Amino acid sequence: MSDAVETDRRLLTVTDLRTTFSISAGDVQAVRGVSFALDRGRTLGIVGESGCGKTVLARSIMRLNLGSNVTTTGMAEFAGRDLLSLPMADMHEMWGMELAMVFQDPMTSLNPLVRVGRQVTEHLRQHLGVGRAEAARTAVDLLNEVRIPEPEARLKAYPHELSGGMRQRICIAIALACEPSLLFADEPTTALDVTVQHQILNLLGREQRERDMAMVLVTHDLGVVAGRTDDTLVMYAGMVVEQAPTESLFEEMRHPYSEALLRSLPRTSQASHTRLAAITGRPPDLIDPPSGCAFSPRCPYVQPRCREEVPPLSAVDDPDHRFACWTPVGSPEGMDAFARNVAEGLPQAVAVDLAAPSSAGRGGAG
Amino acid sequence: MPLFTRLCLGWLVAIVFGAIFADLIPGLQDPDYQGFLFGTSTTNEPPSLTHLLGTDNNSRDILARIVYGARVSLVVSMTAVVMGTVFGGFLGALTGFVRGKTDAVIMASVDVVLAFPGLVFLLMVVTLLGRRDLLVIAGVVGVLSIPPYTRVARATALAVSRREFVMAARAIGTRKRTILFREILPNCLPTLMAFALVNAAVIILLEGALAFLGLSVQPPTASWGNMVNAARVDLRINVWPVVWPSLALVFTVYSLNVVGDHIRRSKAVRSAAL
Amino acid sequence: MGTFIAKRLVRLIGTLLAVSFLTFLLVNLLPGDAINALIPIDAQQDREFVEQVREEWGLNDPMLVRYGRWLGDAVQGDFGDSIVTSRTVSSEITHRLPVTAELMLVTVGLSVMLAIPLGVMAAYREGTRLDQVISGIAQVFLSIPGFVAGLLFIYVFAMKLGWLPATGWNRLSNGLLDNLRTVILPALSLALIEIAVYTRVVRSDVMNTLQEDFVLSARAKGLSDRYILFRHCLRPSSLTLITVVGLNIGTLLGGTVVVEFLFAMPGLGKRLLDAIFQRDFMMVQGITVFIATIYVLVNTAVDLIYMLVDPRIRKAD
Repeated sequence: MSDAVETDRRLLTVTDLRTTFSISAGDVQAVRGVSFALDRGRTLGIVGESGCGKTVLARSIMRLNLGSNVTTTGMAEFAGRDLLSLPMADMHEMWGMELAMVFQDPMTSLNPLVRVGRQVTEHLRQHLGVGRAEAARTAVDLLNEVRIPEPEARLKAYPHELSGGMRQRICIAIALACEPSLLFADEPTTALDVTVQHQILNLLGREQRERDMAMVLVTHDLGVVAGRTDDTLVMYAGMVVEQAPTESLFEEMRHPYSEALLRSLPRTSQASHTRLAAITGRPPDLIDPPSGCAFSPRCPYVQPRCREEVPPLSAVDDPDHRFACWTPVGSPEGMDAFARNVAEGLPQAVAVDLAAPSSAGRGGAG
Repeated sequence: MPLFTRLCLGWLVAIVFGAIFADLIPGLQDPDYQGFLFGTSTTNEPPSLTHLLGTDNNSRDILARIVYGARVSLVVSMTAVVMGTVFGGFLGALTGFVRGKTDAVIMASVDVVLAFPGLVFLLMVVTLLGRRDLLVIAGVVGVLSIPPYTRVARATALAVSRREFVMAARAIGTRKRTILFREILPNCLPTLMAFALVNAAVIILLEGALAFLGLSVQPPTASWGNMVNAARVDLRINVWPVVWPSLALVFTVYSLNVVGDHIRRSKAVRSAAL
Repeated sequence: MGTFIAKRLVRLIGTLLAVSFLTFLLVNLLPGDAINALIPIDAQQDREFVEQVREEWGLNDPMLVRYGRWLGDAVQGDFGDSIVTSRTVSSEITHRLPVTAELMLVTVGLSVMLAIPLGVMAAYREGTRLDQVISGIAQVFLSIPGFVAGLLFIYVFAMKLGWLPATGWNRLSNGLLDNLRTVILPALSLALIEIAVYTRVVRSDVMNTLQEDFVLSARAKGLSDRYILFRHCLRPSSLTLITVVGLNIGTLLGGTVVVEFLFAMPGLGKRLLDAIFQRDFMMVQGITVFIATIYVLVNTAVDLIYMLVDPRIRKAD
């Protein structure tokens, strides 16, 4: 994400995006100021727990938040136009043609009462005015591309007649049909078998490379972004807490939350029956966000300053690697804070210390 | 409760009040006034100070007849609701809980009765019984209301029987009878009540249609439906004797629907919050 | 699929038998009435004559035998003769059926054609003025019974404006336009309640469907709102609508009796009413069984259509 990249590769620039839902209980601030940039041909991973705002972020950029109680502010510049202030008629043209999204659950993303073939071709015909025969041919080509055997037969089928993996391939085919330049994949593999997840992610990667598309991969699983994304955003409670090229992120995690996420991934190198290192506590209430850093109640590195002042997202050595923390992992302040917390018996620090005494407090992939 | 819903509720309360205390209302004219017998004939008069809504083509005060007519609608609909909820509800809860042969037999009978279009069946039974007094009509309507309530109660009982607390009660050896009365029936009540509210409106319309066809209580007893039927002969000359009872009927049913919708919406919100 | 249909058919026949028997039972519970219809009261002094008539009409045989005889004739299409007119019940039914059938078809057709766009618009614009107006009007229509609506229309369109006839019926064979002139007011009177019911159902259903994920996917493809509403949302909602139309046929049948009475239409409903008043028990029996049969058949058809339209159910067995 270096600014030195040629600007004609720059596809999407998001600036201070904020989304709020007004419900009877109050205003839920789902996204609280997110900014990033994405170039053509690059993949951005957005990682975080459920409720951190990653899905809302993706949908906000695509203006897919239905409902009159949603407000989104900020800017999302795409190919020279601000998506957030475009009239709806223009968005209808963008959807499918320039922007596309693959959703989490392929079973519910397809209309159960409409044949697959029509669901693959209908937007093709509406956007490009393609005739029925030609659309059918394109559909077959698309299905071949996503490696679905016997495409002609599949097109006549209904969604429930296909397996989960095939349905998601269909959804991907649908998203790619009009050759968009930006693809959002919102937890595309969460609803699928583990064995199929790998194939789907590979498919997405391959399509992206072949079409020189930009892709945003939203997931709660750090393992999904490793090796498949160029850059990664870690989100917590509606804000970005760490932002870096993926390699740098894994080499040297600076934010305690990112480290906690990494730690919570079970690994085959661990002995069986090793206790899962879950992150204690729960995400904060977004109607009344706490003052200071939102992660403080659960952070093993927390210090009094964290609870009072929100740390800004900033870079230290590497300008491409930004994080928002007063006591970053691996820094002297961080190690200090951790040691102090363990000594004071702070539960989340003690838990981390017990689990992996060697790697704790020093960052890295352990 | 929004203002409009409150107004509708007020109308319903007024109707019930009027129906029950009709005889005590001061200044209310005699609904069965047999004017022509005494030589005074005030047929089809427009609204005036003595007759606030005018008179019908038999010199009877329309307002009084509407108030007394409310009695008929109220009695018939209440009978239907009570009999339906009590007998139909019990039967349905029983058969939904017990299942098996009892269920098959009861539901087959219910299906047969429900296979008849409501009004048609009602017509037949009422005619064949011959008598047309209020209690008979109410009774027949009541009995014929039992099957729909049975269906509703059975559906709820089926769902409730599968819930864990029922299985738990069974597991500790509670008698089936006790489970039925303590767990199943109370849980069927809310759905039955909701249905009853809708059903009351339908019954009032049904009695109105029956009376219009001349098969409910007989004149001179007033029922909104038979008032409309009697007055339609002179529709060209005088609209009002047709309009007032029609409005009474429509307002009452409308108010029931509005209040019912409101209750359903607020209950739905509460159960969603759970 | 086959076993399902077979089971359904068995249930169907069982219900029809039970229905016809119940009607038979009810109609014949008061044989006195039948006698009163056959012989005027003053002529009943002659006991022998009364007995003779009873024998002639088979009124002395046990109930089941009489039912069996009636049923045997009925399945061959012979519903007996009217006691009052001397025509056969089946001829009266065939003569009058087209009137009632047309009335019901026009009513349902009109109602569905109006309810779908109204319901869809109300759901699409949920919470807005438009939705409130549509839902409000539906609530009002729901409270207006056929005879009140009918009288209102007669007063306005027949008496005051003179555009349409208040009573009577022109057969289709006499010309389409004349026929429509006589069917429109009765159909509209019945349709008010139907429109209200259907609109509410469509609205509620489309509102639910709009929450589904596939609607969001469809939007993300860039499909127009109108396309999504009518080509994606209506399909699941049409299932509910079909079911409701089927379930409501019962109320509709009752409504036709009232409306045919009011508009003096020569249909089945009016004939039934006349037969009831005249104690014409053969006619009452025949028409009631016929109506109940149609009702049961319609419900079965609705079940089958439901199976056909929803491909998931088709495969599930």
